[in-house]
Amino acid sequence: MKKNGMSARRRAYEILMRGAMYLAMGITCALVLFLIFYVLIKGGANITWELLSTTPSYLSGRIGILPDILNTLYIIAATLVIVLPLGVGAAIYLTEYAENKKVVGIIEYAAETLSGIPSIIYGLVGMLFFCQFWGMKTSLLAGALTLVIMNLPTIMRTTQESLKSVPQSYREGAFGLGAGKWRVIRTVVLPSSVDGIITGCILSLGRILGESAALLFTAGFAHALNGFFDGLTSAGATLTVALYVYAKEQGEFGVAFAIAAILMVLTLLINLTATLVGRYFKKRRDI
Amino acid sequence: MENIVHGVFLFLGLITVAFVLLITVYLIIAGMPAIGELGLFNFLFGKSWGPTYAVPEFGILPFILSSVYGTAGALLLGVPVGFFTAVYLAKLAPPKVKALVGAAVSLLAGIPSVVYGLVGMLVLVPAIRSIFNVPDGASLLAAIIVLSVMVLPSIINVSMTALEAVPKEYEDASLSLGASPIETYMRVTVPAAKSGIATAVVLGVGRALGEAMAVMMVSGNAPNMPSLFESVRFLTTAVASEMSYSSGLHRQALFSIALVLFLFIMLINAALNFILKHRKEG
Repeated sequence: MKKNGMSARRRAYEILMRGAMYLAMGITCALVLFLIFYVLIKGGANITWELLSTTPSYLSGRIGILPDILNTLYIIAATLVIVLPLGVGAAIYLTEYAENKKVVGIIEYAAETLSGIPSIIYGLVGMLFFCQFWGMKTSLLAGALTLVIMNLPTIMRTTQESLKSVPQSYREGAFGLGAGKWRVIRTVVLPSSVDGIITGCILSLGRILGESAALLFTAGFAHALNGFFDGLTSAGATLTVALYVYAKEQGEFGVAFAIAAILMVLTLLINLTATLVGRYFKKRRDI
Repeated sequence: MENIVHGVFLFLGLITVAFVLLITVYLIIAGMPAIGELGLFNFLFGKSWGPTYAVPEFGILPFILSSVYGTAGALLLGVPVGFFTAVYLAKLAPPKVKALVGAAVSLLAGIPSVVYGLVGMLVLVPAIRSIFNVPDGASLLAAIIVLSVMVLPSIINVSMTALEAVPKEYEDASLSLGASPIETYMRVTVPAAKSGIATAVVLGVGRALGEAMAVMMVSGNAPNMPSLFESVRFLTTAVASEMSYSSGLHRQALFSIALVLFLFIMLINAALNFILKHRKEG
């Protein structure tokens, strides 16, 4: 390319476009760096062992986020346990069983629709359906079931993608040995698509961790310390909901930033794990 | 045995459809009574929202317009930044820079919306107050800026995928005709990827329109008609902010707002499908 051979107009266009790209890149990177450091620095200073290991007490004016941490873990566990069989099963139906193209189209359209619905609407329907209609009241279980509907498309999509990438010859080989369809799926197809299922789990994990609008009216705000099964049937705030309540309703910005820093570190870890897992499975597949 | 298994999987496949129907039916059942009672026109185009007034008023035009302006504003800021970042990352960036910035963008996508809200509350809102010298920085502008950051990841990622999928031959042809790399990317690659970039923008619209928590924390939440430096309430935050203490007609009206929001989102889904179908044919 001869730079000197270009007309002034072309050169100006070139400089303008290049400048716009560098500017946009700079803005994006600056935003990410600012968010990471601002939250970690402001939050890190407020994280204490007492905060992490106690329950809030109005009598002594103490704030602890242990119940919120546990609630988050409970809701993640409950959601994944329920959504995994549903999502993997739906993906298996779509790639292995479905013969009617129309049915596949309808199911895929439904999944797309689900992934576009805002979380506040999930929260509302979850409240009407699980909390009121099914009489679960405001509870972690109602919140988890709401999140199941939200995360179903994610698990379905990632599982489906890796099911599709299992070579047809694996199935034919197994069929040729006389195995039935279900046996082939169970022993050959599913084990070779673990990567998609794990990726789906990690993506869902991030989504559950960050969700707040859908949980506000389904799981509630309580900060009581419970075991897993008692916890599921009672109301409880997750870390995100607790952050919202402390920042917006109580003006406890120190605590809010501490929670934000924890969430930020967890998000970083989840992203890192997703990348590493992706790389590991890619390597394994290439061999 | 095989038949039973087949049946079980068919059932699991259809659960997704059942969930969509469940949500649709519930929203319609819960949302229609208030619209019926108040009248569709009064509800959608009423300019005043005051469910606790002596003579309660239920007009949601302020929410609809705030949502529309907020989303438009967020895209006005977010799309250029996202677009140029995507072009740079897809075409010009060295592999290391690409990997690093790619990781940064997925972090941006993973940050919970309440964290955006918190930073917006404590950084953006005071900044707007002092820079523009207004009494309260919690405003439509604050919501627009926060949303513009939140739509960035989907715009960047989806545009990047589209740009990378453009066949190399197109670019080679342009380069061999004497166009510079930048001219080639902007005038050949970008037009060839335009349906993918359109998808990215529509996804951004969906995300901005549906965001509740971050907006709630920075927009001030008063049911005013939208104005840049005025405290506003979006469709999403209208549902969220009064749900906990509402009852009777007021509560039903909140469900109707959710129904309106749902219709907006369905419209966007339809647009998305239209673009995708067009792309397959084109």
